[in-house]
Amino acid sequence: MTRLLGVLLMVLIVYAVLMGSFPPARSLHNHQTLAERLGYYGIPTLGVGVLIVAGGIDLSIGSLLGLVAVYFGLLLSGPLSARQTVPLALCLGLDGVLLGSALLPAIGISRRIAVLLSLLPGAALTWACHLYLPGQRVPPWVAMLMLLAFASQIGLFHGLLITRLHLQPFLVTLCGLFMYRGLARWLSPGALALPSDPHTAALRALLVSDRLLGFPHILLWMALVALLLAVLLHGSVYGRYWYAIGNNEQAARYAGIATDRHKIAAYVICSTLAGLGGLLFFLMYRNATPSSAGSLLELYAITGAVLGGCNLRGGEGTIPGIVLGAAVLPLLQQICTYNADIGSDLEYTVIGGALLLATIANEVVTRWSKHR
Amino acid sequence: MLQARGIRKAFPGVQALDGVSLSVSAGEVLAIIGENGAGKSTLMKILAGIHAPDAGEMLLDNEPVRFSSVAEAMARGIVLIHQELNLADNLSVAANLFLGNEEIRGGLLGWLERRSMNDRARRLLERVGLEVAPHRLVGELPPGQRQMVEIARALARKARILIMDEPTSSLTQRETERLFEVIAELRLSGVAVVYISHRLMEVQAVADRVVALRDGRNSGELAREEISHRRMVELMVGRDLKQFFRRGHAAGGSSVPPVADVTGIVAETGAASIRPEEHPIRLEVRDLCYQGGPQTPISFAVRGGEIVGMAGLVGAGRTELAEALFGLRPLVCGEVRLDGRPVSIRSPGDAIAAGLLLTPEDRRQHGLVLEESVQHNLGLPNLDRNSRLGLVLPRRESEMAQQLCQRLRVRTPRLSQPVGLLSGGTQQKIVLGKWLVRQPRVLILDEPTRGVDVGAKSEIYALMDEWAAAGIAIVMISSDLEEVLGMSDRVLVLHEGRLAGELPRAALSEQAIMHLATGGSEEREA
Repeated sequence: MTRLLGVLLMVLIVYAVLMGSFPPARSLHNHQTLAERLGYYGIPTLGVGVLIVAGGIDLSIGSLLGLVAVYFGLLLSGPLSARQTVPLALCLGLDGVLLGSALLPAIGISRRIAVLLSLLPGAALTWACHLYLPGQRVPPWVAMLMLLAFASQIGLFHGLLITRLHLQPFLVTLCGLFMYRGLARWLSPGALALPSDPHTAALRALLVSDRLLGFPHILLWMALVALLLAVLLHGSVYGRYWYAIGNNEQAARYAGIATDRHKIAAYVICSTLAGLGGLLFFLMYRNATPSSAGSLLELYAITGAVLGGCNLRGGEGTIPGIVLGAAVLPLLQQICTYNADIGSDLEYTVIGGALLLATIANEVVTRWSKHR
Repeated sequence: MLQARGIRKAFPGVQALDGVSLSVSAGEVLAIIGENGAGKSTLMKILAGIHAPDAGEMLLDNEPVRFSSVAEAMARGIVLIHQELNLADNLSVAANLFLGNEEIRGGLLGWLERRSMNDRARRLLERVGLEVAPHRLVGELPPGQRQMVEIARALARKARILIMDEPTSSLTQRETERLFEVIAELRLSGVAVVYISHRLMEVQAVADRVVALRDGRNSGELAREEISHRRMVELMVGRDLKQFFRRGHAAGGSSVPPVADVTGIVAETGAASIRPEEHPIRLEVRDLCYQGGPQTPISFAVRGGEIVGMAGLVGAGRTELAEALFGLRPLVCGEVRLDGRPVSIRSPGDAIAAGLLLTPEDRRQHGLVLEESVQHNLGLPNLDRNSRLGLVLPRRESEMAQQLCQRLRVRTPRLSQPVGLLSGGTQQKIVLGKWLVRQPRVLILDEPTRGVDVGAKSEIYALMDEWAAAGIAIVMISSDLEEVLGMSDRVLVLHEGRLAGELPRAALSEQAIMHLATGGSEEREA
């Protein structure tokens, strides 16, 4: 609770500084810009926040976001080439395999045979993607569903490597950071622009730019995600398990919790939300550059989550805190941009300094309350 | 050469050493024996400068010494070789031998004199009879050779008094014999060896003199010719029982006889004791082997309403067995039956579903989420009952927690109190309590009263009694012999992972248990 008040205080101070010193920032238009940014940052921050609570970490979200944005651009602006469909087809095929091997045992088929059997629909799905996708225009909503499935598949892949092979989360997702960025650049040599047909415009309006009672839609979508995650983390059994795993995985195991499964779920949530962030990125900024879309976002997201009260050791953090933590970053960015003395070159320094200050303050408060 | 007099040392909650004295002279092998918790390790750590004693004095070559660090003790020639070897696996043998004592040239430059160190290493290895090149990595050596490297390192530090804590615990028979040869050579060259071991056979083979500790005090001493397995066991056990634990549910609980008399030698049973044979078998373990366990399979059965003590020394494999039964270690062979039906337990979840529950030995690591509240800890394994459609029903959970706290008399200011802030006894009650709503069939309690104050202890015993009366089969793993004698209807003794013997209540005594636990044969006792 004190932690939540601390973040709230921080947001209010930063907001007050911004509004107090730069009158142009007070406009309604600027508030809507800030809200859009918060929506965009908030979604991946929420994902990584939940993951951090469960004791994990994901460094690949920026790259994955970029990759999804690039794919989305490619799918919206025209048919894919055969080469470009390969990663998507492979991932969706794997989805088929895993779905099959998860569902078939439910109808009484032994696990081993189920895995073998589900190789068939998996291969079929891969093949179908490979045959169907090149040269085909895909409706935007199909593209979005495919890409969300793609992103969740990546999360599953991370989770499996970490739980089954006992690899370190930091390492697995660091490899992801490089791999997905590389894939994005390989997929498209140059920047992609949002096509200007009415369909896409409508999609953009619905997901990002339209206003409801003055709030941009992207912020409302973020709020919806936050609400769902809040129910999951603070109200559901799964949230309880994530906290227990993040605090003491061994004790959770001794309590009979299938810890691996719940850890994997947290990675899937994180990657899926990074994927959603990629879709929104492309719609919001109207273009995606393979080499830079979403770069460093993983660090912004982790920073937001930590500012919001997540402990990198796991087991701590709340959804309201994470949302507030995510709000600090756009505000700080604007302070830097508007203030001629600071300038946007110092942006990183300011963000780093803020995080350091918040960490020190938290440490001092914790110690003080312990010694009381 | 080294004398210690009246050494006392207290840790929070325990008086580990209460006035212990010993002396060792050059060229002597002194063995220190004692039960788990008798204070052997603490004493050794004080001699080696790891702990400072609260009281008492130490004389080295007749002059008083006081070590404030390991380095000081080492400088005076006292070296402790820990049970878990402290070698850097990623460094070469030579680098390990001189770690912290490297020969260097060029002052701060720290240029290593590899060649001269390798030569010295070769000579040291020769002394301990180890034919290994100094540049080999320690990680590549088998455990026996690593033990020798540790000894060589002690010699490199010019050890005059070498303290070995359970040196043979990871050695093969052959390596053990080799170690004894080296010890004999060291003795000839005037090194004093202090040898700590649970394995009385080895003590008999190697020691010139034996000092026994019991409850942090000297309990006796044996000269070379007096050393025998039986005498040593007598010295290790046979303390006054401070307290009797009475089992109540035994046949109405009217007149359960004292479990052990004051000398602890005789354990009586009376007509009023329960007849376990009247209850059906709850847990049956047939020819079980598990990963990381011994080669020989283990079999036993526990009836409902029975409390079976599982005794053994540290490292006897009791906790490992419990973990295997609870699905934390994969089974290799054999089967587990609950109420006559074979069950397949591959994870703790399976075990819990089958009604076989474990309270782990290390409650802070495995039993509790210390940062979380009493309610959440009690609720963690019971969320299936306190949720609907995946959503937690907080009210139902807090009602459950409230009831459990009342039944167990958990002393907590509120249900939202983080359990890390509660006392050991209260924590243990929470570890036990979270299983109670599951109608357990078999409860495995691993060290149920470790680090628990006396009041909470007797409450826990009363609860165990109550549960047994309700027909639960209880396996109680314990290193506390008083507890084993007091609470068990029957005792299984483990030695190096194997079932060394089974003692019915009529044959229970500290001696009988220690005899089996230290590797004595079952026949001799009968």
